[in-house]
Amino acid sequence: MANNKKKNLTPVQQEYQEFANKREPARPVFKNCIRAFISGGTICLFGQAIQEMFVHWGGFDEKKAANPTIAVLILLSVILTSLGVYDKISQWAGAGSAVPVTGFANSMASSAIEHRSEGLVLGVGGKMFEIAGPVIVFGTVAAFIVGVVHLLFNPNAVGGH
Amino acid sequence: MIFLWAFIIGGAICIFGQICFDVFKLTPAHTMTLLVVLGALLDGVGLYDPFIKFAGAGASVPITSFGNALVHGALEELKKDGWIGVITGIFKVTSAGISAAIIFSFLAALVVKPKG
Repeated sequence: MANNKKKNLTPVQQEYQEFANKREPARPVFKNCIRAFISGGTICLFGQAIQEMFVHWGGFDEKKAANPTIAVLILLSVILTSLGVYDKISQWAGAGSAVPVTGFANSMASSAIEHRSEGLVLGVGGKMFEIAGPVIVFGTVAAFIVGVVHLLFNPNAVGGH
Repeated sequence: MIFLWAFIIGGAICIFGQICFDVFKLTPAHTMTLLVVLGALLDGVGLYDPFIKFAGAGASVPITSFGNALVHGALEELKKDGWIGVITGIFKVTSAGISAAIIFSFLAALVVKPKG
């Protein structure tokens, strides 16, 4: 993305950009990956525990338990976001807290809270999907394409009529 | 055993996300979008179900499972109702996740004052 922007800059600005890029501290990729692994793994472990609870005490089977598990994780994530705790976790965890479904809920809740001052309709309603929107749009389009491919090329997958 | 695999696989997907952040310099929105599309494609070729069977919440908690659930709904309805299922089914399975996220976020915005 940075490269695209470079084209519109004057030579001096380009020089500065290169200079700035050189001075930018290298991201500690390895350390970040370890953190992402530990925190992301822990969230999934936690999800597994909730799922087992639904199976053992809630009378759900393995497959049906996934949905309520995700709903519980989302609720917890929104609560932690409201208390300002999730953002602190994110600073340490990086992708470890963004990739699980809790990160999806966090992006929605934090956008909704942040834009509350712009009003309920345009602020909360409109800005809630600032980050989550692309995820839903591209997920839906991808699912549609996969569905159409199955419809056209996999006669066993098509029922009805 | 499923707990161990949930931790390892879930963590591994997050490492993939972190590499997208740090090495490929993608924004969180781009990374999450990429993961959702990957999940959708994996389910399209029938690989996501065995993956969930193997890794449990390690596969169903990361955002990739959202793509998987969208495709699952579409394919289930396709099987049941024919071609129209591709449209009617997409949100069938993910309703819990999306509804919960919208409702809880909205309520939070009503109650909570922004910090910082």
